[in-house]
Amino acid sequence: MAYSEKVIEHYENPKNVGTLDKEDPNVGTGLVGAPACGDVMRLQLKISDEGVIQDAKFKTFGCGSAIASSSLVTEWVKGKTVDQAGTISNKEIAKELSLPPVKIHCSVLAEDAIKAAIEDFKKKKAARGR
Amino acid sequence: MKLPIYMDNHATTPLDPRVLDAMLPYLKDDFGNAASRNHVFGWKAEAGVEAARKHVAALIGADPKEIVFTSGATESDNLAIKGVIDFYRAKGDHIVTLKTEHKAVLDSCKRLERMRQERIDELKMLRLGELTGRDVTAEEVATLEIKHDLEKDEQLQRWISKVQTGARVTYLDVKKDGLVDLEQLKAAITDKTVLVSIMLANNEIGTVQPVAEIGAICRERGVLFHCDAVQGLGKVPFDVNAAKADLVSITAHKMYGPKGVGALYVRRKPRVRIAPIIDGGGHERGMRSGTLNVAAIVGFGKAAELARLEMADEAKRLEKLRTRLLNGLKSKLDMLVVNGSMETRLPGNLNVSFAYVEGEALMMAIKDVAVSSGSACTSASLEPSYVLRACGVDEDMAHSSIRFGLGRFNTEEEVDYVIDLMARSVGRLREMSPLYEMAKEGIDLKSIAWTAH
Repeated sequence: MAYSEKVIEHYENPKNVGTLDKEDPNVGTGLVGAPACGDVMRLQLKISDEGVIQDAKFKTFGCGSAIASSSLVTEWVKGKTVDQAGTISNKEIAKELSLPPVKIHCSVLAEDAIKAAIEDFKKKKAARGR
Repeated sequence: MKLPIYMDNHATTPLDPRVLDAMLPYLKDDFGNAASRNHVFGWKAEAGVEAARKHVAALIGADPKEIVFTSGATESDNLAIKGVIDFYRAKGDHIVTLKTEHKAVLDSCKRLERMRQERIDELKMLRLGELTGRDVTAEEVATLEIKHDLEKDEQLQRWISKVQTGARVTYLDVKKDGLVDLEQLKAAITDKTVLVSIMLANNEIGTVQPVAEIGAICRERGVLFHCDAVQGLGKVPFDVNAAKADLVSITAHKMYGPKGVGALYVRRKPRVRIAPIIDGGGHERGMRSGTLNVAAIVGFGKAAELARLEMADEAKRLEKLRTRLLNGLKSKLDMLVVNGSMETRLPGNLNVSFAYVEGEALMMAIKDVAVSSGSACTSASLEPSYVLRACGVDEDMAHSSIRFGLGRFNTEEEVDYVIDLMARSVGRLREMSPLYEMAKEGIDLKSIAWTAH
C-alpha cells in the first residue's frame, strides 16, 4: 500500500510525542483503542482554566496512519478552545492525510482520543468544583 | 551492499541467473509447442520439458511420470484436493487439514464445504415443497425447516446421505509451536475420510511438520496424503517415499525459479487418481490440459536441480545467518518473542514479535528492507495472522510480528545492517508507544478495560 506524503511526513517527523503529567488537574488524558486491534492512542491535552488548549502530547501504538493521525490532531487542537477541538471530525483528519478506506478507523480513533481527553479534563474539573 | 535489501524469501525468491540462462533459448529460437509431434520445434520443446520433469522428480525422489506441470502451487493444491474429492466420491467425502495451511488449501476446502451445503439447501427446499404441498423459495427455508423439524425428517436425511457434491472438512488445531498433534490427526480420520492435506513447512513461522509420521498414519488408515511442500522444498530434505505422500504441491518461484509454473506430484504405485479441474487437449496425461509453459518449465527444472545439489550447504549457511540475525536482535532489544519452534523450522525463517510496536509501522520504518508482518494492517481484512492466532499467539503480539525470510542471495553484511536498523526503529517506535511506557511503569496491560473498535 502506498502512503500519502503527509502520512509519511508525520510518521517520520511526528509532532508532539510525549507525556504530560496525568495528575495535573489541567491535563486531560484520553486512552482509546485496544492492543488486540493493533492500535492504541493516548492523547493528553493541557487546558487552561479558561478552556483553551495550551499543549498537546501523544503516544501511539499503531500503524503509520494511526501515528500520523495522532500527530496531526496534536497540531490542530493547540490554541483551540475545548469546544472547538471537540468538533474536529474523523472526516477532516482522513481528508487531510488522504487515508485510504482501510485506514479510516485510524482517523476515527484520533477523533475519539480528542473527545476522551476533553471528557477526562471535564471530569477532573467537576471533581475539583465539588 | 545494495539497498533495498530483499528479506522476504517466503513470498517469492529472485530468479537465479543460472535459471534465467537455461530459460532464454526457449524464449527465443526454441519456442515450439511441446505437444507438436511432427517437427523439430516441437521435439526440442518436448525434450526441454522432459529434462525438466526429471529434475523436478529427482528433487523429491519421484519418477518423472509422476510429475504433472501446473501454473503454480495454488493450482496444484486446488487440483489435488478437488481432484481427489471428485474421483473418490464413492469412497467418501471427508478431508482432514490444519488451520495453519495455506489459503490455497483452506479456500479449496471451504469451497467444497459450501458446494455440499448448497446441495443440502436445495434438498431442503424440495423436501419442504413436498411437506407443504407448494413451491418453497430459498428465503423461506430457514423458518420452515424449524417448523417442520427437518433435522428429524428421515426422508431428507436419506437424501442428504446420497449427496454427491462437495465435501466435509475437519480443520485441526496445531500445537503452540505450529506442529500437528498426531493423536488428534488419528482421531479425526473416519471411514469417510479420503484425504489428509498437511503442509511440509509453514509459510509464516517455518514450522516443519513430521511428514513421515503423517504419511505413515495415512497409509495405515487407507487415506491419501496430500502435502503442500512449497515452502520446504530445497530447504529441508523431502522424499515422497519416505513421507509416503500421494500428492505433493510444488512451485518454482520459491526456489529461485520463475513465477507461473509449478507441479503436482501424483503417485503411481499404488496408483492415485484425480479428476482434472481444467478440461481441454488432455495434456499431462489428462490431468492438466493446456499448452505447456515450456521456458518456465525448463527454468523450474534448472531451479530444482540447483536446489537438490546445493541444499545441504545452503541450509547450513542460512541457519548461520538466521542465528546471527536472532542473536543480534536479542543483544540490542528486550521484550521480543520468537513465534514458532526453533527446533523444527526452516533454516531461513525467523518470525519475531517486537512487543508494543505495531508491525506495519515497523515495516514503514525499515522501508529499505523487504520483510512481512502478521499485522492486520498489512491486509485488507483487519484480522491479524490466522497462523499466529492458531498457534495461540495473542492478537496484540500477532500485530507486532515481523517475518524475516532469508534466502540464497542474502549476506552477513545485510543481516548486520538489518539488525542495526531494526534496533533503531523498534527503539524509536517504542518511545512513541503508550503501551511500552505503561509496561515499563509496571502496569499490567491485560488489566485495562480496552475499548475494542
